[in-house]
Amino acid sequence: MKKTPLSAVHEKMGARMVEFAGFAMPVQYTGIIEEHTAVRTKAGLFDLYHMGEFWLTGPDALKNVQKIITQDAEALSDRQIAYTPMCRPDGTIVDDLLVYRWNPEKFLLVVNAANIQKDFDWIKSQLSGNYEFEDHSERTGLIALQGPKAQEILQKLTRQNLKAVKFYWFTTGKVNGVDMIISRTGYTGEDGFELYFPAEKSEMMWHALLEAGQGHGLVPVGLGARDTLRLEARLMLYGNDIHDQTTPIEANLDWTVKFGKGPFNGSEVLKKQKESGTTKTLVGFEMGKGPAPRHGYAIYSQGQKVGEVTSGTMSPTLQKNIGLGYVPPSLKAIGSTFEVEIRGKMYPATVIPTPFYSRSKDK
Amino acid sequence: MVPSNCRYTKDHEWARLEGKKVVVGVTEFAAKQLGDVVFVDVPQLGAKVEAGKTMGVIESVKTVSDMYAPVSGKVVARNDALEGDPALVNQDPFGKGWIVEIEMANPAEYDRLMSPKEYEEHVAKSGH
Repeated sequence: MKKTPLSAVHEKMGARMVEFAGFAMPVQYTGIIEEHTAVRTKAGLFDLYHMGEFWLTGPDALKNVQKIITQDAEALSDRQIAYTPMCRPDGTIVDDLLVYRWNPEKFLLVVNAANIQKDFDWIKSQLSGNYEFEDHSERTGLIALQGPKAQEILQKLTRQNLKAVKFYWFTTGKVNGVDMIISRTGYTGEDGFELYFPAEKSEMMWHALLEAGQGHGLVPVGLGARDTLRLEARLMLYGNDIHDQTTPIEANLDWTVKFGKGPFNGSEVLKKQKESGTTKTLVGFEMGKGPAPRHGYAIYSQGQKVGEVTSGTMSPTLQKNIGLGYVPPSLKAIGSTFEVEIRGKMYPATVIPTPFYSRSKDK
Repeated sequence: MVPSNCRYTKDHEWARLEGKKVVVGVTEFAAKQLGDVVFVDVPQLGAKVEAGKTMGVIESVKTVSDMYAPVSGKVVARNDALEGDPALVNQDPFGKGWIVEIEMANPAEYDRLMSPKEYEEHVAKSGH
């Protein structure tokens, strides 16, 4: 098992460790619900070293980025970030990623840990012209600071004016004396930052951030709460909600597919799906008291298996069972009902609007 | 330290003798391993359970785990409080977090369960 630069620190701090994407990662420190609530109300700190960071640079960088992603990187301003699927020509999703635009000749692509090799090989096979493409995953440290107190905490360690960095924009500068990318992004549904810096600074940054967060309620957070936080915010988990056999249209990620920019990988298939519909669609649902829906459970309607749960949990914020799943379009309307099979028994579920949780924007 | 008035299974259930009946729950070690318990599928009143076989399911935020009956018999009481407050299993595993009461079909089974000392050794071996 690979270690992150912080694996030993997590163990020392009493975290329960699991293997995730080949790395020894903390699943929880004190408890998933406690950590989840801290991020919703105060702040949480996440070690995300496992994520992949690729750099695509050169005169043809923009042209190549435009081909491989469904978002429009030309429409981005410099220092702006886009969340985007990356599709094959048949519309299926290779991965979902963040695209950071420095300028038309310099992009950072942040990909899922489990897909680093797959993505690198795929992207390489798609590139043409004058470019350089490098995997910096091993040398890049990544820590996320998430929650309503994130800005206040981080501001104590930097002279950059964080207020001026809007959501899904980034800046560069020193934090605690270390040069880094300060990205106002996250996977929790809260305000927050993701910090990219040389991996060898990880331990120093981790402790500096925890110290800055003292008195603000900052706690370290494991993968368990990361999953419940992202699910409440309806953020996709690759491998569950989207994968090699789903398209962004099926996953209701239409807002990330920019047909206006011209042809790109998957554009023809996705356009057809957009116009004539799909056979399955990803919906959010709630269930009553009882067992929680979970990845892989079957969805039934009128005695027939019609779909599958892709993610589910008891929502710590909403205090009810929530889930995402693929169903036929006939069941996608808000208020539609179906059943989820759990250990041989059927439990009713109702389609509800997503995201399940949205932070109030006036914080 | 585990309560001295209970006996234990290798799967981390406890059983406490009360006449011909035993009260059953999961141990503090199990509750800690599970993390925040969000649902307990408690067997129905009158259900027949068999020693060593699944008698229900306990769910935490992250996991689903089987609960095994420590002894064979009939479920004569169930902890309905767990429906509204499954976290009782974490807060008070040996008390308010009890799960069922079983009327034993074969009282000798109780004596074959692990003693508190044997269980503590078992936990030590399971590692923390």
